[in-house]
Amino acid sequence: MSEPESRGAARMENPSELKGRGAAWTEERSDEGRRRRRASRRRAENTAPWRRAAIRAREGGRGPGGERASRAVSWLREAALLPVLAVLIVVGALLNSHFLTVSNITGIGQQISALGVVVVGESLILLIGGMDLSLEATYGLAPMVAAWLLVPVAAFGDGLLLNPFLGIGILLAVGVAVGFVNGLLIVKGRLNGFIVTLGMTILLAGIQDGIVKGQSPFNLPSAFSYLGAANIGAVPVSLIVAALIFIAAGLFLRYHRAGRAIYAIGGNREAARAAGIKVDRVRIGVYVTGSVLAAIGGLMEAGRVSSVTSSQGYGEGIIFAVFAAAVIGGVSLQGGRGNMVGAASGVVLLGVVQNILDLENAPNYWIDAIDGAVILLALILARVIGGEASAE
Amino acid sequence: MSNPDVPAALATIPPMASAAGIHKRFGSTHALRGVGLNLYHGRCLGLVGRNGAGKSTLVSILSGITAPDEGEVRFDGQPAPSLGDIAAWRGRIATVFQHSMVVADLTVAENVFLGRQPRRRGVPRSFGVVDWRQMREQARKIMTDWGFDVSADAPCASLTVEQRQVVEITRALAAGTRCLLLDEPTAALERGAVLRLFERIRQLREAGVAIMYISHHLEEVFEICTDVAVLRDGELVLTAPITQVTKDGLVTAMVGEKKKDHSPERPVVSAPAPQLATAESRGQPGAADLVVSSVTVAATGVHLSGVSLTVRGGERVGLTGLRGSGATTLARIVAGAAAADAGEVRFGDRVLAAGDRAAALRAGIGYIPEDRQADGFVPLLGAAENIAMTITDRIARAGFVSPKRREERATPLARRLSLVSAGLGQPVRELSGGNQQKVTVARALASDPALIVAITPTRGVDVASKELLLAELDRVTRQTGASLLLASDELDDLAICDRVLVLVRGEIFTEFTEPPFDREALIAATEGLGEK
Repeated sequence: MSEPESRGAARMENPSELKGRGAAWTEERSDEGRRRRRASRRRAENTAPWRRAAIRAREGGRGPGGERASRAVSWLREAALLPVLAVLIVVGALLNSHFLTVSNITGIGQQISALGVVVVGESLILLIGGMDLSLEATYGLAPMVAAWLLVPVAAFGDGLLLNPFLGIGILLAVGVAVGFVNGLLIVKGRLNGFIVTLGMTILLAGIQDGIVKGQSPFNLPSAFSYLGAANIGAVPVSLIVAALIFIAAGLFLRYHRAGRAIYAIGGNREAARAAGIKVDRVRIGVYVTGSVLAAIGGLMEAGRVSSVTSSQGYGEGIIFAVFAAAVIGGVSLQGGRGNMVGAASGVVLLGVVQNILDLENAPNYWIDAIDGAVILLALILARVIGGEASAE
Repeated sequence: MSNPDVPAALATIPPMASAAGIHKRFGSTHALRGVGLNLYHGRCLGLVGRNGAGKSTLVSILSGITAPDEGEVRFDGQPAPSLGDIAAWRGRIATVFQHSMVVADLTVAENVFLGRQPRRRGVPRSFGVVDWRQMREQARKIMTDWGFDVSADAPCASLTVEQRQVVEITRALAAGTRCLLLDEPTAALERGAVLRLFERIRQLREAGVAIMYISHHLEEVFEICTDVAVLRDGELVLTAPITQVTKDGLVTAMVGEKKKDHSPERPVVSAPAPQLATAESRGQPGAADLVVSSVTVAATGVHLSGVSLTVRGGERVGLTGLRGSGATTLARIVAGAAAADAGEVRFGDRVLAAGDRAAALRAGIGYIPEDRQADGFVPLLGAAENIAMTITDRIARAGFVSPKRREERATPLARRLSLVSAGLGQPVRELSGGNQQKVTVARALASDPALIVAITPTRGVDVASKELLLAELDRVTRQTGASLLLASDELDDLAICDRVLVLVRGEIFTEFTEPPFDREALIAATEGLGEK
């Protein structure tokens, strides 16, 4: 990934107009939809500063370039966000007595798990030195296609009333298909990943709107919404699954051949090729995995709000939160550097910030500015704690 | 510097550039320990030293890229500009790095005046309106004044490595610099270009330019420099006029101990043992033969026209030729790192898929690529992981590779090659160039290859490491019966081969079958001279 300024600039220009359109198109149908849409519109507006933060981070965002990074030091860097998190939690507890209650904490857990699963997917793709903007659209389209095939016409389905497990299979298949097409175009077709996945984003989001004509299928079968809605004791299933996915991805990256191949390819693709690694296959595999994870994240979100809105994903602009979490967590946008401990702490940090702002009823018009400032601060703190800025 | 070779008049003039008492530490590494040297008008100082001796650090301090921890740099007796004032530095000293620093998408004239383009008259300077006509004319004038023949309007992407170097030198001269650092300028040049570069250096020297010339090739230092300085472990151990030192003396100063028979001309790669001397006797029944038939590549610069060759099991074959002769391309095709347009590569009883490195590895072909920075290692990953990268399939259990097993496999190789690192987990980018090359070689050897394809395996590596790497390739091929296909333009590398094929313009021109090979005859053959 070597395109510097121009891509960043392009990304800065369009988002707000594009996003605005997605939200405005949706017609209000139910109380649920209205509530959700309001929330999503707010989130969509919130994302602009995140995008900027992500870009800022990429420009200076290579990990610390110490000449003598011992293992202890590198572990410390992986955990660079933990002190920031600790401070935030103390602040949250001081500001609001409700913050440290079980219900609030599990609430945060449920909110961030969908995002977190997508962050795992994006992190894998960033690690091989790629990028995928279309994860947000897959996050919306995959559950939309499934929900549309599951629910009755009255709930804006197509009336096919498929078995919910088949629906989940379809959801995963959509993820595989999108990732495979992206991977083929980028790896075999040698097209630029940014523009391919941007085009894919708009295509998928259009299909998402198109098949339901802007409606939001609801009344999802319980098996379909189980992952996002159910609890085991006080703990949301989605949080457990997200945590397992983080752990599995972390172990896979650390110990599996393919995981190590991801670092090798991201660190120096040609060296990996010369060492006999099947570079193209691994790269396509990573795009597929990323998209499947995005689809699973979408399933969690659909279950959580018990409907799929046409703005889920792209309309809400979650990709900015995804990039911000990964980058704050130390995943390099140049590839080859980053890990799941960092990515997870990035996700938790964003969730905690969002929660504190919600609890404090931060003034609506200022919420963007506060969000952006907090993210910039988190980036700066992570850099200061994580070591000196790299000159590269 | 009391230097009897410096004319008395010069000795009273302050040196054009001087460094005094320079210390630089990187963490626990003390890279430079009180280094002091002077560059004088019209003299060329050769700076030599092994990899990791501190040459690169000294160059970056003298060029104003890195600040020293202690000590100071002066120009014409004046203190050096502050570190951030790049323009001021460039007016005093310029460095031509190993890796080209020209912007390929811009023209020669634009590159010459990069960042300091002449401004259009009549428009306030701060508007920054570039006077294109003047820029071209000035660039052309400097080129003509110095007798350089590169068109000012040519896009730099179309230039050869040599021409890009000329552009960089011109850029320095255009900025008014009269002090040049040349960092291994011949590393990527073919012989003719090297000779032309030397001519330019002499010309610059005669015009009063001060030059520091950094090189691994001692014969070049003797040919072009007036003085020589030796760095060892961050200390300047020798500074003398070139007339007062011998090659042996320099090697001793670089290595730090008296080494017997280690003249740089003839490294101590053990001469092939008599009983193994001929190609015929080395052919091992049962070992896989490499058969290359009618390999053709049409692309310019890497063209090959119907080349065929056979390497018997256990045989060690050298390929040599000028840049563009196809020797490197042929080796890359055999390794599966490049694809031929036509022709076939057969190893044992398998036909190798064109351009499929993974398939070649499975067939038992180890590969030491030409450019270690580009495809030799993954800089962020540890030495052990890089070394074991070719064998993850073998050491993995159910796909999972334990770091411990990785280190177990990498450690003996690292030991055999005397890899110096702070543990095998240390990221390879933190290692010195020579040690990076050792990692690259170890990576190829890790897979216990039946055929090793090595391209310039000792380029940019210091004398001692070079001997070590060659001795290891020699030993491995002897012990395991592996074949070797070695593409290089250095006679020292080729000395471990049983026979050498010389390529000229994409065809095999001639073959040398009797080691030791005659240097002059080989060089003549690469130029297409001598008997076919």
